[in-house]
Amino acid sequence: MVNVELKNISKSFGPVKANQDINIKVKSGEILGLLGENGAGKSTLMNILCGLYRPDTGKIIINNDEKNFDNPGDAILAGVGMVHQHFMLVPIFTVTENVVLGNEETGRLNHLKINESEQKVREISEKYSLLVDPKEITERLPVGTQQRVEIIKVLFRSAELIIFDEPTAVLTPQEVKELFNIMNALKESGKAIIFITHKLHEVREVCDSISILRSGTIVGDADPKKVSNKELATLMVGRPVNLSLERKKNKTGKSILKVKDLSVLSENQEIAVNKVNFEVKEGEIVGLAGVQGNGQTELVEAITGLRESVSGKIEFFERSMQSLTPRKIHKLGVRHIPEDRQKSGIIGNFSVSENKILNDYYQPPFSKNYIMSWEDVDTVSKKVVQNFDIRTPSINTFAENLSGGNQQKLVVGRELSNNVDFLIASQPTRGIDVGSIEYIHKQLIETRNNGKGILLISTELDEILALSDRILVMFEGNIIKEFGSNASIEEIGLAMAGQV
Amino acid sequence: MKIQNQNNFGNQQQTLITGYLLVIFGIFISFFFGYGVEGDAVFKLSRPRDEFVIPNLIVPASKYNFLISFILVFIGARLILKRMSSFSSLYLGLGLFLLITCFLVWATAGKSFSLTGMMQATIIRATPIALAALAGVLSERVAIINIGIEGMLLVGAFSGAVFGSLFGGVIGLILAVITGGLFGLLHAVLVITYRVDQIISGVAINILALGLTSFLTSSFLKSNPELNDAPIFRPIKIPFLSDIPILGPTLFQQNFFVYGAIILVFASTYYLFKTGIGLRLRAVGEHPKAADTLGVNVLRLRYLNVTLAGMVAGFGGAWFTLGSVGRFDEAMTGGRGFIGLAAMIFGRWHPVGALMAALIFGFADSLQQKLAILRTPIPSEFLAMAPYIATIVFVAGLIGRARAPNAIGKPYIKD
Amino acid sequence: MIEFIKRKIISENFDYEEILLTPILATLLALIIGCIFLLATGESFSNILLAFSNLFIGAFGSLNAISETCTAATPLILAALGISLAFRAGLFNIGAEGQIIIGGIATVIIGFSIDFLPIWLHLPLALLFGAIFGALYAAIAGWLKASTGAHEVISTIMLNLIALRLLDYLLRLPIIQKEGRNDPISKSVLETAQLPQILSFIEPQLRIHSGFIIMLFAVLFVYWLLFHTTIGFEFRSTGANPNAAQYAGIKASLTIVLVMGIAGALAGLAGANQITGVLGRATPGFSASIGFDAIAVALLGRSHPFGVLFAGLLFGALVAGGRLMQVKAGVSIDLITIIQALIIVFIAAPLLVKNTVPWAFKAKKKS
Repeated sequence: MVNVELKNISKSFGPVKANQDINIKVKSGEILGLLGENGAGKSTLMNILCGLYRPDTGKIIINNDEKNFDNPGDAILAGVGMVHQHFMLVPIFTVTENVVLGNEETGRLNHLKINESEQKVREISEKYSLLVDPKEITERLPVGTQQRVEIIKVLFRSAELIIFDEPTAVLTPQEVKELFNIMNALKESGKAIIFITHKLHEVREVCDSISILRSGTIVGDADPKKVSNKELATLMVGRPVNLSLERKKNKTGKSILKVKDLSVLSENQEIAVNKVNFEVKEGEIVGLAGVQGNGQTELVEAITGLRESVSGKIEFFERSMQSLTPRKIHKLGVRHIPEDRQKSGIIGNFSVSENKILNDYYQPPFSKNYIMSWEDVDTVSKKVVQNFDIRTPSINTFAENLSGGNQQKLVVGRELSNNVDFLIASQPTRGIDVGSIEYIHKQLIETRNNGKGILLISTELDEILALSDRILVMFEGNIIKEFGSNASIEEIGLAMAGQV
Repeated sequence: MKIQNQNNFGNQQQTLITGYLLVIFGIFISFFFGYGVEGDAVFKLSRPRDEFVIPNLIVPASKYNFLISFILVFIGARLILKRMSSFSSLYLGLGLFLLITCFLVWATAGKSFSLTGMMQATIIRATPIALAALAGVLSERVAIINIGIEGMLLVGAFSGAVFGSLFGGVIGLILAVITGGLFGLLHAVLVITYRVDQIISGVAINILALGLTSFLTSSFLKSNPELNDAPIFRPIKIPFLSDIPILGPTLFQQNFFVYGAIILVFASTYYLFKTGIGLRLRAVGEHPKAADTLGVNVLRLRYLNVTLAGMVAGFGGAWFTLGSVGRFDEAMTGGRGFIGLAAMIFGRWHPVGALMAALIFGFADSLQQKLAILRTPIPSEFLAMAPYIATIVFVAGLIGRARAPNAIGKPYIKD
Repeated sequence: MIEFIKRKIISENFDYEEILLTPILATLLALIIGCIFLLATGESFSNILLAFSNLFIGAFGSLNAISETCTAATPLILAALGISLAFRAGLFNIGAEGQIIIGGIATVIIGFSIDFLPIWLHLPLALLFGAIFGALYAAIAGWLKASTGAHEVISTIMLNLIALRLLDYLLRLPIIQKEGRNDPISKSVLETAQLPQILSFIEPQLRIHSGFIIMLFAVLFVYWLLFHTTIGFEFRSTGANPNAAQYAGIKASLTIVLVMGIAGALAGLAGANQITGVLGRATPGFSASIGFDAIAVALLGRSHPFGVLFAGLLFGALVAGGRLMQVKAGVSIDLITIIQALIIVFIAAPLLVKNTVPWAFKAKKKS
């Protein structure tokens, strides 16, 4: 039995007030939903609760006892367990090793008692129906199973309060249902659960109560049985939200990208893309749905020239594109918004201008005969900053000092600026604020209305449904089904799990 | 760089290359080591003072070399024709080994050569490299790159010499280990607390060690030679085992440093892979954030292991003086710290693997010396380059993909 | 020019503390610790004072001193330009020492073997060969990294050691060894391949030579290359974020080999500079750890050509002054090596400097 209360919690990072005067309560047999958009302060709050941060003010009260967590170990001892959004699992360890890490059973000379530990893992997995092989190497497990390992980790440490941080991002709709079953089972057995998400329908489905977080404060509490999606969304964002985008039907033109029987190998020399066929025409957005890791990344790398394909054809405006370098493909009019802007999209200690010209610095007007003309660069950059509403002190500011949303707008602005015929957008709105999301969606629709073609890859089904004219579902390297824009989430979800 | 798809094609490519290489080896051996070579190569397999005296191994030089060259060309041709073999790396290793035996036979033709002497020298020369490699493993398993091992060897050597002269061998050794540990601690402080780039810190430590030891040598040791005259650890004969023919003198008649190195290697293996703390430190090296969320003290474990690495390097450095010549000379470590890092990579960051790799390097090192004695037509400077070229070859990954601990090189910052 | 400098300094990215204050404080701290170290090894306070005053006199105290400082600084700056260029592209070129040796070997051979060319052909040819061979030697490490991923730190260190052995070997060969000598020393470079002294009209002993002018041009060249050409843009991108650079179509392998080549050329030029301007011939130690000191110079100069220029002059001052210090106060010149190591440590750990001298820094505004 447990009773957890966060009272008047505040935490600032410099001038940024991540959490301001937050109060939440949850007890055994309850699932509390914590709803908020990206950047609202959910992660900070949970990091405080599980001991990674110290709050500036406020109290953590567990079973009427005020607690001070100096480190994650203290929180674990107090019965707080966190199932992280990005799994905290060592890939090369076995399941057992990941579960016992930090709480190992040891004998003489610190000898690790692996067999006893495996037995304990087996017991927990049977008790809670979290089926997993204790001896398996973690990186070989499918994502859904890895999440179960995360859950076993917290149960192994006798957690009474379990926090699920955005657990559904990597799951198919079916796996989400399974997860909710597990959460209900845990709730029945007396655990208290906090469920963090930004997805409205999920929070209403499984929670007993909902608290909405916006810009660092709790702006309201809601009863999932009574509140509507619209009300929740408005609370989340602070203004009335248009949940559906304006997208008129468009006439499509000729074929821009044609992929025929394409096969691509992954880093581990396994088939990642298996004889895939599809086409993108002028004036349409084709959405590629699917759980991450089913070959989308390799497919995009093959199209953009970063990875060689093993067989099949890629044609661009009917011309073969196969053995071209990324730069040549770029010159043909193909643009790419990469799925990880920090890793591949922007250079942190380059200025906004320098990031703008990353793709075409070698062409006039930015340079001539290998010599840069910085004045021309600055002129164009200023225009892009204006046109794409990029909030920055100046064009010379280092990109790492911009917010996530503005960094993404910089990438989008760069890719859409000129001579684009075909755009590949990978997770274009991941991790950014709602205002920027709306803006980027508008830009994508406009590009499509101007007769260009877009391939949209996203794990957010809402985004796919809102933007796509046609939807393709990718599963284990194959495109197993195509849908029109009026498909339902259930149908797509089934396809994402491989059932057609 | 285009990401190449290899899979079956890779194995095919590797097999073909191996095949061609073996054929080239074979032809090379015929021409240079077989043709026109006269005499027999006499390999001495035991010493006059040994318990069991084994007759010398007499190899007719050109016959042996032609035979081997024929075998290599045959195997190579088969590989080229078969196009696919999952044992191609094994064949390559075998080919290299045979090539070296032919080279030895050729160099020894008409003369005699002590094989046991060579094996003993291999072990001796491998010892500092193995210790340096072990220090590297301990450090890099917690994801801290340690280029400064060369400097830690140097200060260990210096401490061993000076403190050994003042207080005797045992205290000299202990103080050498402590000095190495202090420099390891310095690296840890700079890299972990002050977030200095790990490579820069290593380079700085090397320069600092060189400057300190050279300064102290020219300021004090030159004028006080009694401070630079340390006792040398004599070989310890293990009864019964050291009488085994061939292997006996090689393995069981060495000094404390060799035995110590072997013990440390096996102790480290147990430490890394069989203990709870070993699990934690490997987690720190692969995914420090995961370890942190479970209450593992990432920074403390890193401090611990880097300091331990320094201590091992101090022990290895003491070998140069207390285990070898008893006298410190400026920059006497001669790049062995870096070769140790190469052995670490070649040994896939596993203590036993590093030991094996160090043996190969030790072999190359002792080969160079023995061949100079044999007065082969190859200039001694080129033979001296052999270990360095071998290092480059290994680091270039001709031995397949070795994976460093995942978090290597990145400081752990709680945000 | 003034406008240019003003614009750069006022720009929002010019962090006073990082670019000026920290390096200066780091140097001072290193010198102070050097002092303390001398005290600890039993030097009398008066001798330490003598040592450090001679350090300054030997560096700046006379026209000869300044000439010595510049002469010592020139090869350091040339090699450090190469190293800092490689740093910018994300590569650690620890192999400058080996590149200097190989470049020097090429230069000395051209220098003594061709006797039919006038100075305005012979000298540039000798320097050119030094640069080319240094470039080729460095490109080996670059190519290894680009094609196999071999870490350039280990491969360049190995190449250094190989170059040293190669030098030993070559200096014993009859075609290279000086006639009538048994010790390893090469034939002397002909007059037509010697860098002319530039201030000999004031005093014939002033060793400062036209290599200094070449070095200044090299500084300007590297600046222009790095910040005003597409090639420099590619170097900086690859160094700052190799993934993003690859996504932008920049070919990593080409960049790596090219930058190592240019870095090697600069280091080779440093070797050529020593041979034709200072030594006149090659001996086993002619590179005198210039390659390693240059690493410290590159770091101190924050990998920026102008920073490297000033840092190199500072280190040249330490070397020139150190010689006088050794002569007049009997303090071994290895002390300079220790001070260099300390400078590297302080430069690479700004936090360390800030913690030691907190009152010199403004309270950081949280961004």
